[in-house]
This record gives sequence, structure tokens and C-alpha cells, in this order.
Amino acid sequence: MKVLNKSGLSLLIVSLFWTIAGCGANTSGQQQEAAAEPTAQPAVEILNVSYDPTRELYEAVNASFQAYWKQKTGQTVTIKQSHGGSGKQGRAVIDGLEADVVTLALAYDIDAIAEKGLIEQGWQQRLEHNSSPYTSTIVFLVRKGNPKQINDWPDLIKPGVSVITPNPKTSGGARWNHLAAYGYALQKSNGDENQAKEFIRQLYQHVPVLDSGARGATTTFVERGIGDVLLAWENEAFLALKELGPDKFEIVIPSVSILAEPPVAVVDKVVDKRGTREIAEAYLQYLYTDEAQEIAAQHYYRPRSTEVMERYADQFPSLNLFTLDQYFGDWQNAHRVHFADGGLFDQIYQPQG
Amino acid sequence: MVGILKPREAVLPGFRLTLGFTLFYLSCVVLIPLSVLFLQSAALSWQEYWQVIADPRVLAAFRLSFSAALLAGALNIVFGLLVAWVFTRYSFPGKRLLDGLIDLPFALPTAVAGISLTAVYSANGWIGRYAEALGIKIAFAPLGVVVALTFVGLPFVVRTVQPVLLNLEQQVEEAAVTLGATRWQTFWRVIFPQLLPALLTGFALAFARAVGEYGSVVFISGNMPMSTEIVPLLIMTKLEQYDYVGATAIALAMLLVSFAMLLCINLLQWQSSRRSLSG
Repeated sequence: MKVLNKSGLSLLIVSLFWTIAGCGANTSGQQQEAAAEPTAQPAVEILNVSYDPTRELYEAVNASFQAYWKQKTGQTVTIKQSHGGSGKQGRAVIDGLEADVVTLALAYDIDAIAEKGLIEQGWQQRLEHNSSPYTSTIVFLVRKGNPKQINDWPDLIKPGVSVITPNPKTSGGARWNHLAAYGYALQKSNGDENQAKEFIRQLYQHVPVLDSGARGATTTFVERGIGDVLLAWENEAFLALKELGPDKFEIVIPSVSILAEPPVAVVDKVVDKRGTREIAEAYLQYLYTDEAQEIAAQHYYRPRSTEVMERYADQFPSLNLFTLDQYFGDWQNAHRVHFADGGLFDQIYQPQG
Repeated sequence: MVGILKPREAVLPGFRLTLGFTLFYLSCVVLIPLSVLFLQSAALSWQEYWQVIADPRVLAAFRLSFSAALLAGALNIVFGLLVAWVFTRYSFPGKRLLDGLIDLPFALPTAVAGISLTAVYSANGWIGRYAEALGIKIAFAPLGVVVALTFVGLPFVVRTVQPVLLNLEQQVEEAAVTLGATRWQTFWRVIFPQLLPALLTGFALAFARAVGEYGSVVFISGNMPMSTEIVPLLIMTKLEQYDYVGATAIALAMLLVSFAMLLCINLLQWQSSRRSLSG
């Protein structure tokens, strides 16, 4: 009995020590920040938690914003970046990664953060265009010469065609792919849900591999030579083309696709705690300026600014784009119907009785 | 010898302190994280819990995960023993180097292993193209899962068997031969019983590692629901949907099944080591 008491006591003491040490580290960090440059504005650091394919985009944007902010206020700002799968990044923020701003692939992931009270409800109305400063869409990447003659959605379910798309349960990009295909089928059948479901069901029967993420799917298609067509974000398809050589692949633009809106938001709880609200908001608003829009277009994201868009018109062929809320209401709804347990995606893979 | 240390004086001082430290350390690293699993899944009622587990997709994944892990462990017993045997009984140029390479699956990030294995075993890979010509699909099929799990489990069997093989006394084998045993009898009746506990330990370790393996498998399996989805992937899909409770429910089931299986293996090991000691 005595032994147990002692061990319990030592446990208590050590955990107490940790708590105190943790608090101490925090306060000393804040003191340092405050003491840095008493006269000029102290240098400030913010963290942008984003998803995988935006790494190069934000490297360019951050350098540009740093110069802009220095010129405007004389303050030096450092923007740290964190990249990973969109859902994983969302979870990291919920679990305590101190992001000042989040720039993720799906509003669903930011909704999840908002649900935990870190971001105020209605965040998507705070900035223009659904808080999405740039957009993209879902296109097809096919092998050079387009040997299977894939030009539009119906060609994907022709006999002998195999389609590569990641698993929508683990990949945000794959959810856009899924909704793009479903939206096309809805539009074609004048809103007949049964026909749309049948199209999606047939589509997945043509998918031999469900990678867990978008980059994995690209590798399967490009390096392993599996599949005739890869469903991909437009910016990722451009990047694959640029890096792997246009002599091997080509991009096919379908007649209809979805307007993919990767949204951005300030994490209220974090900026209020760290006192970085002003700069975090300025950072996100900067994404809408012509400079940033130009950078987005150079990284193959469709800019919102019509002026910039006109300059890059050759790069972004126009196609019939529908928005998420046109066919699916909002992300919560889309998720419930399509991707949640027992949803459409699960039904496709249930054993046929 | 007996008189030098009194029974109550252990070699390490401070039993109470060391026990306190042991319990604290184990709690921080193992017991508390595991009990969180139980707590989080306690949010579900038994019926809901059963619904999560009894889903056909989850059951299919359990079947694949455990059967592939058992198969991979069995393969490793056979080939790990052979590898360990060659390294301890024969000498050849480059032996040290090869011996060091055995540990690589420990050190390699499993995702790297998964990508390399997929490159080799897929339809246009070095080995995959010949297997495919014979009609055997390895990558993006259940067989690919077994290949990946065998890869990550190999060092466990080799490294547990090697020291036992090194300690075997030559005289015992010589005695067996002088008593008229054939080669096969010498191996089966004299050497194998002494190896069995180590083999079982290696099997248990390789099996446990294989059941929880994620990184290497997701690349080679193709992740097709109902056929090549493993349990850790299902847990990841639940987490990706912010379904913590569902994820921990599956994780808990996995933990319990693995624990039961490891317990059986340990019992077997205990029995066989007793037998080999007494016999």
C-alpha cells in the first residue's frame, strides 16, 4: 500500500513540474516577443496551415506579402508554412497546432475547426467569393495522343477504360472528383438522382486502385503506368505536365466540371491569443490583390480577378462550371449524402446481395 | 554465492523508487494513451459499437489484416530461420554487410518501403512484370499486402533466432550424430526444439508489427473496399472524417484481437520453452 502511495505521489509531483515548466516556457516566450524592439514595430511571425499542393504558391505569396507589409508598416513579418493532407491539417489545428490562418482544400475541414469553437461561425461570409481567393476545377489527365479517346465524362465508363482517382474517404481532392462526376451526371439527366448514382457506381467500377491521397494517385498514374485517365485538380494536372514533360501526357477539359473553391480563414481563438489578428486579416485580404492573384495564376490556380483572368485566358479554357451549393447545398450536406458512413460511396462498395 | 547477497538486497537499489518510476513511465508512455482509447470509444453504446465493427467493410478489412499478418509471420518464420542459419553457420565474403542490411526494414520510413515495393511489384516493375505474365497479380491485390508485411517483419525473426543459434553447442549435435541420428533427425529432434521459443517470439513480434502496419501497405494494396483495405486504413478514413469515436472503436477492437492472439502465442512460447528446458 505504501509503495502505491509513493508512486502515486511521484506521478503527481512530476506532472505538476511539467505543468509549471510548460507555463514558464510560455510566459518567457511572450516576454521575449514584447522586449524585442521597443521603438520600431516588433517583428511578428504567423503560421499558415495549408494543404499539400499549395506549397510553392504560398512560398511565392509569402515573399511578396512580406515586402508589401514591410513597405506599408515598416514591420517585418515572417510567415511559417505547414503543409499536409487537408483533413490531417484540420485535425492538427483542432488538436492545438497554433495556426493564425488556415488555407485548406475544403470548406468541410474549416467547418470542423469552427465546430470546435476555434473559428467563429459564418466564417465563409467574411471574405469575398466564399472566402476562396482562387479556384480550380477537376480535369482529366490522359496519356499522350489520348489513345482511348477520352473527351468527356461518359467516356470514363466505356468498356476497357480504367480511371485513377484517390479514395474520397481519405482525400479532399478525391471528394471534389466525386462531386464533379456526380454533378455532371445530375446535369445530364436533368436532376435524376438515380441516374446520377448509377453513373457514379459505374465510374468506381472502372477504378482499379484507390490511393489514399492525390499525390499517390498521380504517382500510380504517372510512374506505375496504371490507368488511362487521372482525375485531378487543374493546377495539379498542369504541374504534372510541367514536371514530367508534355511529351507524355495531355490535359483534357470536360464539357462540365465543378468550381473547386479552396477556402481561407483566420483562426479567431489563436490570433486573439497571440495578438496577430490585424496581420492575419491583412494577409488573407492580400490574397485578393492583383499581385497575389497574378501569383496564383502563375501557379495554375484560377484567379478571381477578372482582369488577371483575362491575361491568363489561354491557360484556363472556359468550361461550364457548377458550384457546390448548386447541386449539393453545402459541404455538410454533401458529406452526409456521399462520404459519411453508409453514404453513397459506401453503398457502392457494399457486397451485392 | 547464496550468502553474499541477502535475499532482500537486490542488485539495483531502491525497489520502491524503481517500481514507482516503472509505473510512472509505463503510465505516461503506454497505459494512459491506451486507456484514452477505451474512454473515447465509451461514448458509444454497445449496439452502436457493434454496428461500427460489424459493418461488412470493416469485417473484410479485419479478415485481410489478420490473415495477411499471420501469413507474413509464417513466411518470416521459414525464411527468417533460413537467413539466420546461413548467417550463423557459414562465412562468405560480404557477410557482415548483408547482415547489417537485415535491419534496414527497421530504419526505413515505411512509406518509402511501400513506394519502392510497389515500383518493383506493380505490372511494369522489375518483378511484377514477370509475375503478371504468369497471371499472378501482386501489387494492388491482397498478395501485395502480404509482401509488404513480410518485408517489415523479417528482421524480427532473424534477430531473435540468431543469438540462439550462436549459443547452440556443437557438442550436442556431435553427440546426436554419434548416436546415429540422421541430419533431419538432428535438426528436428535436437536443434528445432531449442529454437522454437525464439521463433515464436520472432513470429509474435513480426505479427504485431504487421497488424498495425500502415505506411507501406497503403501504397501497394490499392485500398479497394471489400478486397484490399486494411484495418489501419479504415481507422485513418474515420479520422479523416473527424469521426474520432468510430476510429477509436475500430482501434479498440483491433487492440483486443491482437492482444488475444499475442497472449496465445506467448502461452505457446512459455510452454515450449519449459519443455525445452526440462527435456
